[in-house]
Amino acid sequence: MDLILEVKNLYKYFPGVKAVDDVSFDIPRGICFGLLGPNGAGKTTTIEVIEGIQNPDRGTILYKGKPRDQHFKQEVGIQLQHTELQQYLTVKEILLTFRNLYAHRANLDELVSLCYLEEILDRDNRKISGGQKQRLLLAIALANDPELLFLDEPTTGLDPQARRHVWDIVQSIKQKGKTVVLTTHYMEEAQVLCDIVAIMDHGKIIAMDSPINLLNQYCRGVTITLPSTVDENILRQMSCDWYKVNHTIEIHTEQPHDCLRLLIDNNVDITGMVVRSQNLEDLFLKLTGTQLRA
Amino acid sequence: MLYRIWTIFIARTKEFYRDRSALGWNIIFPLLIIMGFSVVFRSESSPVLKVGVVKPMNSEIMSTDNTQLHEFLKLKYIDFIEFSSREKAIDSLQKFKIDMLLDPHHNTYFINDSSPNGYIAEQLLKDAGTTNTIFSKHSFKGRGIRYVEWLFPGILGMNAMFNSLYGVGYVLVMYRKNGILKRFSVAPVRPFEFLTAQILSRMFVMLATTVVVYIGTVLLYGFKCKGSLFTLFVVFALGGFCMISLGLLIACRSDSQEFADGLINIITWPMMFLSEVWFSLEGARPWVQKVSQLLPLTPIVESARMVMNEGATLFDIRYQLLYLIVVSGIFLLLGSFLFRWQRK
Repeated sequence: MDLILEVKNLYKYFPGVKAVDDVSFDIPRGICFGLLGPNGAGKTTTIEVIEGIQNPDRGTILYKGKPRDQHFKQEVGIQLQHTELQQYLTVKEILLTFRNLYAHRANLDELVSLCYLEEILDRDNRKISGGQKQRLLLAIALANDPELLFLDEPTTGLDPQARRHVWDIVQSIKQKGKTVVLTTHYMEEAQVLCDIVAIMDHGKIIAMDSPINLLNQYCRGVTITLPSTVDENILRQMSCDWYKVNHTIEIHTEQPHDCLRLLIDNNVDITGMVVRSQNLEDLFLKLTGTQLRA
Repeated sequence: MLYRIWTIFIARTKEFYRDRSALGWNIIFPLLIIMGFSVVFRSESSPVLKVGVVKPMNSEIMSTDNTQLHEFLKLKYIDFIEFSSREKAIDSLQKFKIDMLLDPHHNTYFINDSSPNGYIAEQLLKDAGTTNTIFSKHSFKGRGIRYVEWLFPGILGMNAMFNSLYGVGYVLVMYRKNGILKRFSVAPVRPFEFLTAQILSRMFVMLATTVVVYIGTVLLYGFKCKGSLFTLFVVFALGGFCMISLGLLIACRSDSQEFADGLINIITWPMMFLSEVWFSLEGARPWVQKVSQLLPLTPIVESARMVMNEGATLFDIRYQLLYLIVVSGIFLLLGSFLFRWQRK
């Protein structure tokens, strides 16, 4: 397999915290690899160590089969979390500034079109919306037409429409055969964009596979959601797992008929009950016992 | 490499000149100071002492044969202020508002024992009208440098200092705090390239604003630089470079604008007062003068004054320029060595 990135036994400690604890994974060329986990899981630290922003305490990182060298920065694109840009410059000037720092440069018109920046090119970058700014940051990350693109929580804080725009851009990048590494705490984003997902918690990878395989392996059943007013003694009679989540009860089961019969037999009010297929969020709950967005 | 430096230079320079408030402040502030001080110190014969005199100084008193009083009242550079009552005048004397009080009605004078000026006024009164002296007088005509001409090089030096320290030091700390430096750190830009672009941009801005302020002041007051403008340019180029290097050292690691602001204040305030921007340190204690000589603003102001007021050449100011080069080198090396793209 043609691997563009190999991470072996990566460790990164901060005082009192194991931010990255023996993390290993391989990323084949041309896929979208997602690091999924709640805030503080170690996603950003892992990606920043790979990007070279932080030094690892231990571990090996290979880019195209070799340790990263001076060409690494020229060949990869990086979008950071929480980045401000130089003030008083227009969108176009910012884009040109970063594009001119690279030896190999993306076609400006294509970049502008790909990231939907046509209408704001001459606008002061301080006067654009959050979604427009994320698209500009994405364009900056693509300014060198990179083979490998790192996106650190690219849609955090965006409204659904702006998030959808970013997803469209990432899917366009994937179609061009580029490799994308993204971190997110949105399971829907990981399911839509990622070919392989590594679920992280407390600095460790606790599961890693394609979203379909992960769901087939861990989440074959359904999730039944009920108001939290249900008597817990009834729930304890069930043979399946159940969790208290945000004033609701979530029941994870592969035999929904049995669960529903038990609830009805015990005269539980099932008004407001929701039954749905399980997703990565349910998987995270099952693996860690806590919510993904906690 | 040069293209990357040029790119960052252009971006930073645009960022500065589009910030109208910063641009205006850098040009208008020094002009306002010069205009203000030239108004305050406009008179060539400003009084040195203030002596209160109890009224009325009527013709009866003035016609009395009191040579000492008459000669004393004729002295130049003393501001004689009339008071309607002795009590009111004594109150002013006790509050150091006047240096001596003279009551011609009772042939009495009052001084405040803790006032040095009071002592001088007293000696002048005692010796008024005395012509006996063993010393012979020889006088020179002054070269006629107005206070504004003496002040101007100092203001230009001070402007270069603030322009450089805030323009580089404060801005880099803000860049680090906002993550702009982090964004540049993941692009293929070396710290040397980034810092060089910052230095060049600020040098350009600082020299351009200095030229504008210089032209504005020359047009307002009509004086000429006695030395060559090229020499003056070299002084401010090296002086600005030195201050920018100091700014880089201040901003090498911190991401706290409050800390950087405090540090810049700690550095600039002593320089403002000890580098002879506003007043000469002639006669100050030796240790104060020695400290003054170590401050990087001192050689800038000193050499600018020598060029503008005395027509000094590059050779005449070689020691000041050499000191600026050495100190700049130290600041730059330390600043580059300690520089970090991001906060911890």
